[in-house]
Amino acid sequence: MLNTLQNLGKATLGFFQRLGRGHLFLLQMFATIPGVLMRPRLVLTQLYTVGVLTLLIILVSGLFVGMVMGLQGYNTLVDFGAEDSLGVMVALSLVRELGPVVAALLFAGRAGSALTAEIGLMKATEQLSGMEMMAVDPVQRVIAPRFLASFISLPLLAAIFSAIGVYGGYFVGVDLLGVDEGAFWAQMQDKVDLHGDVYNGVIKSIVFGFVAGWIALFEGYDAVPTAAGVSRATTRTVVHTSLAVLGLDFVLTALMFGD
Amino acid sequence: MNNRTVEIGVGLFVALGLAALFMLAMQVSNLGTFISPHDSYLLKAAFENIGGLKVRSPVTVSGVRVGRVAAIDYDDEAFEAVVTLRIESRHDGFPQDTSASIFTAGLLGEQYIALEPGGAMDNLVDGDRLQLTQSALVMEQIIGQFLYSTTASKQEE
Repeated sequence: MLNTLQNLGKATLGFFQRLGRGHLFLLQMFATIPGVLMRPRLVLTQLYTVGVLTLLIILVSGLFVGMVMGLQGYNTLVDFGAEDSLGVMVALSLVRELGPVVAALLFAGRAGSALTAEIGLMKATEQLSGMEMMAVDPVQRVIAPRFLASFISLPLLAAIFSAIGVYGGYFVGVDLLGVDEGAFWAQMQDKVDLHGDVYNGVIKSIVFGFVAGWIALFEGYDAVPTAAGVSRATTRTVVHTSLAVLGLDFVLTALMFGD
Repeated sequence: MNNRTVEIGVGLFVALGLAALFMLAMQVSNLGTFISPHDSYLLKAAFENIGGLKVRSPVTVSGVRVGRVAAIDYDDEAFEAVVTLRIESRHDGFPQDTSASIFTAGLLGEQYIALEPGGAMDNLVDGDRLQLTQSALVMEQIIGQFLYSTTASKQEE
């Protein structure tokens, strides 16, 4: 009985300790950002590994998600004779929800897990402590550029996802199923609001980029420096980022569109 | 992987991302159909009932969109809805006795304001009020009237 209580207390304390370490880590990272901005080359290299290498999966998924939306939306809307609204449906769901959310989930799987594994392995092979020995701050040299790169990449990736998705929906709806091209674009432009929909989608993806980068880097930095520890940290990155993105998405949606 | 590849890759990525944002703004959203306040003028029209009309609903003449609803207010003294219309400046030749009606696009579609130009010599200018208006048709009222008239005609028999 007492042992159970002790375990519960230990788990709770451990959770809050990790939460606290995560926030301290974030503060530490913020403090080094001005120094990183002086050396943009570091960010540039990371933009390549984090952003450019994720581009392909984003392009392909965006295209197919848009095409599926076009197909499913058409089949539902045609029953009501409202297939002209297909463009609105595809564009609104992509810009408001699917673009930021699915891009963030793919980002967590493709780039977030790689970041965690990289940092975790650096820690396990004592490269990070080696840097400290040479009086190089590993947070500034290794962590912060990667954080900035995720923060910049995800909004761009989400915008690319939405744009290519709209063209996927256009291809299926207009070219294959015969929705009127003028109605497709005109209804879309009529109903999609620049501030209400597009900007809010971009804000969502900025928040997700922040969270995805933070979780991935913290899990790597905080990983138990063994093979099993790094593997657990990588799994946690994907799981926690997905949960955080989906949960935050609900909160943000309620704040933005819940009036 | 040399420096040049990385730089070209990142450049391409950022350019593509910005192009996607630009495309979302211009092609997908309503920025392309935005009417700037400098390039437009305002008209007012009072309606007894505006039905489902909303801010940003289209204003059309002969089916061509010439503006949008800028604001909807309620007049406490006249017990009417006052709708402010923002019309593009290039369509500035509407006669004084132009009438405004609220119609529905399709059976269940959105509502819009249709202007019908009259025959007066003077034109409407910024801030003018349209005198002739026709309210939105409310489905329940029509059904109510229909039921009333059928029962009334049955009683006469």
